Amino acid sequence: MGRSIIAAKQAARAAPRLLLLSALALVGACAPQKRVVVYTAAEADQLPMYAAAFKKAHPDIELVWVRESTGVLTAKLLAEKKAPRVDAVFATAATSISELDEQGVLAPYTPLGGDRLDQRFRDPEQPPYWNGEALFSSAICVNTIEAAKRGLPIPRTWEDLTKPIYKGAISMPDPASSGTGLLTVNGWLQAWGETKGWDYMDRLDKNIVSYDPSGSKPCKDAARGEVPIGISFDFRASRTKGEGAPIEVVVPPNAVGWDLEASAVVAGAAHPKAAQIFTDWAMSDDAMKLYADSFSMVGVTRFNKPAPYLPTDLANRLAPMDLAWTARNRVRILAEWSKRYEGKAAHKE
Amino acid sequence: MALLYCACAVIALIAPLGVLAWRSVSGPDGGITLAYYGRYLSSPSLRRSLIDTGVLGGLAIVSTLPLAFLFAYGLERSNIRLKGALAAIGTLPLLAPSLLPAMALVYLFGRQGLLTPWLHGHVIYGAGGVLLAEVVGAFPHAVILLRTALSAADGRLYEQAQMLGASPWRIFWTVTFPAARYGLVSAAMVVFTLAITDIGAPVVIGGDFNVLALDVYKQVLGQQNFEMGAVVAMLLLAPSALFMGLERMAMRRQSAMISARSTGFVASPSRLRDGGLWLGCGAIALAIVGLLAVCQMVALVKMWPYDLSPSATSYDLGRYDGGWISILNSVELALAVAVVGAAVAFAGAYVTQRTRGTPALRHAFSLMALLPAAAPGLALGLAYALFFDDPANPFHFLYGGFAILVIATVTHFYTVAHLTSMSALKALDPEMEPAAAMLGRGPATVFWRIATPICAPALVEIALYLFVNAMTTVSVVVFLYPADFKLASVAVLNMDDAGDMGPAAAMGMLIFYVNLAVRIAGQWGAGVLRRRLAPIPQASRG
Repeated sequence: MGRSIIAAKQAARAAPRLLLLSALALVGACAPQKRVVVYTAAEADQLPMYAAAFKKAHPDIELVWVRESTGVLTAKLLAEKKAPRVDAVFATAATSISELDEQGVLAPYTPLGGDRLDQRFRDPEQPPYWNGEALFSSAICVNTIEAAKRGLPIPRTWEDLTKPIYKGAISMPDPASSGTGLLTVNGWLQAWGETKGWDYMDRLDKNIVSYDPSGSKPCKDAARGEVPIGISFDFRASRTKGEGAPIEVVVPPNAVGWDLEASAVVAGAAHPKAAQIFTDWAMSDDAMKLYADSFSMVGVTRFNKPAPYLPTDLANRLAPMDLAWTARNRVRILAEWSKRYEGKAAHKE
Repeated sequence: MALLYCACAVIALIAPLGVLAWRSVSGPDGGITLAYYGRYLSSPSLRRSLIDTGVLGGLAIVSTLPLAFLFAYGLERSNIRLKGALAAIGTLPLLAPSLLPAMALVYLFGRQGLLTPWLHGHVIYGAGGVLLAEVVGAFPHAVILLRTALSAADGRLYEQAQMLGASPWRIFWTVTFPAARYGLVSAAMVVFTLAITDIGAPVVIGGDFNVLALDVYKQVLGQQNFEMGAVVAMLLLAPSALFMGLERMAMRRQSAMISARSTGFVASPSRLRDGGLWLGCGAIALAIVGLLAVCQMVALVKMWPYDLSPSATSYDLGRYDGGWISILNSVELALAVAVVGAAVAFAGAYVTQRTRGTPALRHAFSLMALLPAAAPGLALGLAYALFFDDPANPFHFLYGGFAILVIATVTHFYTVAHLTSMSALKALDPEMEPAAAMLGRGPATVFWRIATPICAPALVEIALYLFVNAMTTVSVVVFLYPADFKLASVAVLNMDDAGDMGPAAAMGMLIFYVNLAVRIAGQWGAGVLRRRLAPIPQASRG
């Protein structure tokens, strides 16, 4: 009897607290009223900065990133075409995005201030299916300590890399999984034409130790001296050198492959409004300033500033490239590439 | 109950594997075709990886078994010191993701490795490196099986052999070896399966050396080519399934070695033998600890190998794929898998072993419970992706959620959980249920009030096994984890892909420490339970 009275008293005392708790829970559940799910191929070390900036601009929208390598991300989006799991695509290679566009994965959307974009950063179609954020391009990371140890001169041109002295000294990204790999290969093919381009890669292949799954790995491996020379991309090269790695960043004088990081709204998105708001933010001045911290050329030209360790005349070194051509020929080029260089151990013996 | 279990087994195992097999032979027009197999076998690089995988598995057996046998022999058949410590160290690789030993080998024998000068111009990348990493990963599994085989010995045989004047060498080959033969066969099969189905080591250290498991991974994740992925997964499944069949046959032929009249085996004192074994076992234990220590060291230096000053930069995991949250996600998954898996497997074993009625269903379930051991994680994961991704599937809602991760992981590790439950339940008096029935209590009461408390230590051990494996597995979950629920083991793989070796080592070691802490706590808990329960089964038997 006494016991049950105590229990009842405890319950009475707990009741208001319970009420408060459930009220809090209710508020908590409603707090981020909107949610936007974004696929991105941005580097993992760039994401926190973007997430913080977006949260500041739109505290009411919960941003969920899904980060994958460019190849995986493209393949995933194609596979999920019938039942999309995402709302928007961010910082993903424009060539991949064009391919997604051709497959009907994207929805057209003109973001606020889309007319500020430099011509190079715009989808030729109107209204645009994608909008460019920044330009990224091939760069070579050379470990100066290991190069000195092996008596290797610092390579200056693409042709230098095929010299027999660099045998077993170079790694590069696999274009099947890495966007950097694809743009590098396409830079050669489009600057020199296909015959010369494949001939170059045949000669380069003799010096390659490994084709890596990501565009960052060759540069990070070069930084650790696992390989003296890694073909990578500009942001990774300058960031890695900035972190104190003993590398020199080399950008050849011509045929430097490039691509754009771009955003797009996914057709059939579960949160279309939030996806548009996200795309507006991705084209905003604030976002452009952030891109300019990492890349030397961004969508709105007036935010451009020199990037550390990269040449100031980068624009003159870029290969003449047609992104739509790259997108149309991606599958064919990858098939040819796999035939020639995949399982290289197998045909070398 | 038996029907429910059979239905679950069909949904969680048979149907997905069936879909996997179907997709590997279904053409774009809906007809049956062997074109994908033909395409796979006609591509020289892929055919090459088929052969390389077989050779890798074979070499893994040849290299792992002698080491594991030596270690198990030292622990079971000698008087060497520090057996407890050695045994514990021998199982440490189980607590870490399979990428970790491979990463340690890169730090030791890569182009900038600490010990690379020993290799005289060679580097570890390629077949040799993968083989070494697989040996480390498979070693504890082989030791556990061989210890079981060696622990059961009839002392009388050894006394008789000695009386007949046989040399220790002859006794080893005529008494010890034949008795351990079946243990060796099952250890060989486990080592082979583990070695050919792992993706961690080939990714990290494989270089140009390609294996089937990597082909599945690349076909599915890199190119979303599910048909080709399914073909390779079927090729991976074949040897494991074949081995399981062989093992069942071998088990049937093995007659009881231990009879009621057997006497225990006591190792005779021999300083030469013990000295040698102590050196061998000690060297193996040192190698295992060394590999882990190297990983931890690399995670704590500023910039390997140029600036070795201590630094916590690698632990700034928020900057890398997965981040800190992924370790919490992994713990959450492992807890769910441990609790759900132990409960389901134990109840399942109870239904199969100790209830009457529907014997056909119970028999069917006990067979299905053995199947997961033959299905490589990668094949099972892919089968799940294919089966649950189909919007026409009534269970489609599970896809891309937490539940499917739990179901897939529990299913993948079900066999051991089931067999452990079965042997724990065998200790229970078979008269328990009839006696309860006479007192008007059903099997449910026996299950809750008697079986569960008595088997509690075994339940804790099953939960522990499931927890540790759920923390480290990559292969089952890599095709299934939801976009916003990254797991630590997958993060290690992604970080390695991005070239972030330091953070990958840091994350891998975090997984290891979580597992170590949980195992120490769990074993302590199981010990307490066992001591508290000790008198009960004896009383019931008496």
